[in-house]
Amino acid sequence: MESRAKILQALSKKFTDSPAPLPEVKVFPPVAGEPVDKFEFILRGIGGRTVRVNSYSEINDFIAKEYTSNARIISLVKEVSGSAITPDIDPHTFENVDLVILQPHFGVAENGAAWITSDRMGDRALPFISQHIALVITTDSILHNMHEAYDRIGNTNQPFGTFIAGPSKTADIEQSLVLGAHGPKSMTVFLLSVNR
Amino acid sequence: MEQKIYDHAVLADKFNKDASRVDWHDKTLWFIREKRDKAAWQIAEWEELRETASQVKNNVLDNLHDYLLEFEKQAQQNGVTVHWAANAEEHNRIVHAIIKEHGVSDIVKSKSMLTEECHLNEYLQQQGITVVDTDLGERIVQLAGEPPSHIVLPCIHWKKEEIGELFHQHLGTPKGNADPQFLTAAAREHLRQRFMTSRVAITGVNFAVAETGEVVVCTNEGNADLGVQLAEVHIACMGIEKIIPQRKHLGIFLRLLARSATGQPVTTYSSHFRKPRPGQAMHIVLVDNGRSERLQQESFRNALKCIRCGACMNTCPVYRRSGGHSYQYAIAGPIGSILAPGLDMKQHADLPFASTLCGSCSNVCPVKINIHEQLYEWRQVLVKSGHVSPVKKAGISGMAAVLERPGIYKFSGAVGRWFMKYIPVLVNNKLNPWYKQREMPAVPRQSFNEWYRQNRKQNGKQS
Amino acid sequence: MKVALFVPCYVDQFYPQVAIATLELLEKLGVDVAYPESQTCCGQPMANSGFEHLTHGCNDNFVKNFSGYDYIVCPSGSCTLHVKDHLHATDEKAAASIRSKVYELVEFLTDILKVEELTSSFQYKVGLHQSCHGQRGLKISQMSELVSAPFSKTEKLLHMVKGLELIKLSRTDECCGFGGTFCVAEEAVSVKMGIDRVADHVAHGATYITGNDMSCLMHLEGILRRQQSPVKVIHIAEILNAAQ
Ligand code: SF4
Repeated sequence: MESRAKILQALSKKFTDSPAPLPEVKVFPPVAGEPVDKFEFILRGIGGRTVRVNSYSEINDFIAKEYTSNARIISLVKEVSGSAITPDIDPHTFENVDLVILQPHFGVAENGAAWITSDRMGDRALPFISQHIALVITTDSILHNMHEAYDRIGNTNQPFGTFIAGPSKTADIEQSLVLGAHGPKSMTVFLLSVNR
Repeated sequence: MEQKIYDHAVLADKFNKDASRVDWHDKTLWFIREKRDKAAWQIAEWEELRETASQVKNNVLDNLHDYLLEFEKQAQQNGVTVHWAANAEEHNRIVHAIIKEHGVSDIVKSKSMLTEECHLNEYLQQQGITVVDTDLGERIVQLAGEPPSHIVLPCIHWKKEEIGELFHQHLGTPKGNADPQFLTAAAREHLRQRFMTSRVAITGVNFAVAETGEVVVCTNEGNADLGVQLAEVHIACMGIEKIIPQRKHLGIFLRLLARSATGQPVTTYSSHFRKPRPGQAMHIVLVDNGRSERLQQESFRNALKCIRCGACMNTCPVYRRSGGHSYQYAIAGPIGSILAPGLDMKQHADLPFASTLCGSCSNVCPVKINIHEQLYEWRQVLVKSGHVSPVKKAGISGMAAVLERPGIYKFSGAVGRWFMKYIPVLVNNKLNPWYKQREMPAVPRQSFNEWYRQNRKQNGKQS
Repeated sequence: MKVALFVPCYVDQFYPQVAIATLELLEKLGVDVAYPESQTCCGQPMANSGFEHLTHGCNDNFVKNFSGYDYIVCPSGSCTLHVKDHLHATDEKAAASIRSKVYELVEFLTDILKVEELTSSFQYKVGLHQSCHGQRGLKISQMSELVSAPFSKTEKLLHMVKGLELIKLSRTDECCGFGGTFCVAEEAVSVKMGIDRVADHVAHGATYITGNDMSCLMHLEGILRRQQSPVKVIHIAEILNAAQ
């Protein structure tokens, strides 16, 4: 703990008579247009796929068409079919999961990201280890930008949370974009319309 | 640290022996600069965001003591063990001790410039620990036995055919296959096995929030998350300057980071690690390594605002044409050139001179670090501290002596057009480096001064 | 209005025609121009090499020569910027006054003289090389890195020249690689940057490359001549002063 004292000691020296104040974080006006359209546009641009649906059954039909019955599908969305997970299971056992379906809290139009916390992941490893990922987001839960996002997150106290924007990717080999670096090779977002 | 043998100019010269490769390197990075521009122009308030980010970071640097304590308290309440390391060696020892405590010999690590700065891999290897870098670019340079050449794009200097060959040798991929899709898939298989078996995962930290004690790690590949979520122990290593005051400030920084770095609207994953997963141990190592000292240096302190986006490298015309390895420091390019001399002036005395002071770096920097002004300042400091060749010193002193005496200036101008006479003296080279690839300017019949005396004085126009 | 002409040392020695054009142009525009004969240099070559502490004598000489004028005008963005940012002297009050009165030629024409038309003519395709110090330092034109409305004081003037066709470049404001002593200390990179810059102009059909800084142009000229290219460099003062 000697270093702790040493570092704090060095930092406690006064550098300046007028320390820089913490600036206001301005509320920037959102760009015009429907956030859900923008979200869709941006997410497609970064390798994600969006599917507009009106009901959960449409989602189930869609998945049923793409996956055979022996695919390992885990769903954390109760209206979407798939197996559930047992608590405290070793995360390594998810290695052969083909698809995981999750429901984030909201999406962000400006960057195509979706915010999800550990309480909605089943296991924290699932969004990353699964071969493919699908998210269900209602069209009324797309925010404009990251400032709104952190407003919404507020001081909620979840052990783990992440923004996910598209499938796992890399461009490390000569800047050619490859989807499916270590995590999911595809990401599908079901935009579920809600009639208000 | 080993004394380096060549300075930047020599390695840059070597790099330039293959002009078409330089062109390729330059274009690849310029393409990223252009993507950055496009992304920035999507945000009407871009310049305001940069200004706000800069102000937040100024506030952090002025109040680092308090923010660190707040962060520590919050992190501990979250069940995280917080360590403090005064320097690189201590950081490495702490990390090693944690690994040893868990009886582990193989670990995975996602990208962390801090661990590069501390030479953690070498240290752990000496202790018999196998470290696998899981970022694809980092894994490539690791297999090749090289350091990364760029902080965001570690293997930007490698061509796909060369990577194909490297994978053929190390991962047994078929010879001659250089398809990025195929090679990435091969790496995925190879690294999955590591993720499945590693019990300790090290990550870097992009932002640490004082208010909540959480650390935020941004990746595109998902390698940090996969590593951490499958391990029993998560060690997050960070420089003490990575602190930001409140969660809401992430809104500013996450808007800037990826757009500046690669032109993406955000990285694929921006993960907020607050508490360890059940049964997992989480450690955060706070590292000083010269930072608290740097904070005392008025002219150089705000280099600590850096969020490691790499934009200054992509835009730097010198970096693009000399390659990351010519800087011989974990962080290359403009920002590296102002950070490195702070750690070891003698070792890195060449770097502040590896710039034309064009100022493009300061303009792209999302936290508005005055990089080119600091390069200028470092030059003054280095010369005053004696880190300059005697030949250059003599040359400049001679030049100064001439320029402060108008009489001698005119005389020496008339006899030799002093400029070209003095310039070659500035470098320790008998051949005139101007002339090697450029013609000398033609010497006119008379200087302007002479012309003026002849043509204007007689006309009575002289003031 | 009494204006002092500040001629950078290398312009004095190698490109007297640039200083002559500057002088004639200002006089044509009705400015009373004096040329302090004992001037030498702004001290930038030393300072940028890390020897700012050796520039005192040079600076004192500069202050002695340039005190007492309404404006000091210089056909170089780089030298102007250096004086603005770094001129300090024994007589600090006089130095401060000079720092606030020194102008690069183009900004003097657009900002102080508010020139709206010119009588010059130049019937060529011209590429504009932005000197970094003029552009990013003095903000003579908008910088490609910033998300801000475009403008260019230099282009505004060039558009007033009859017959002149300004070409577009792929990289509008990339550094040419001169960089003072950088041009010899980092010879390989400096030359490569110059070659690339020249190539951009040539690819877009320039007959002349112009700019606000003769130092950049000297470097580009050295490369063009080595390539035996027909493309020439010309300082903007020479174009703006080119007779009808
Ligand atoms: S100095 Fe600025 S531009 Fe360069 S890496 Fe750091 S934050 Fe990015």
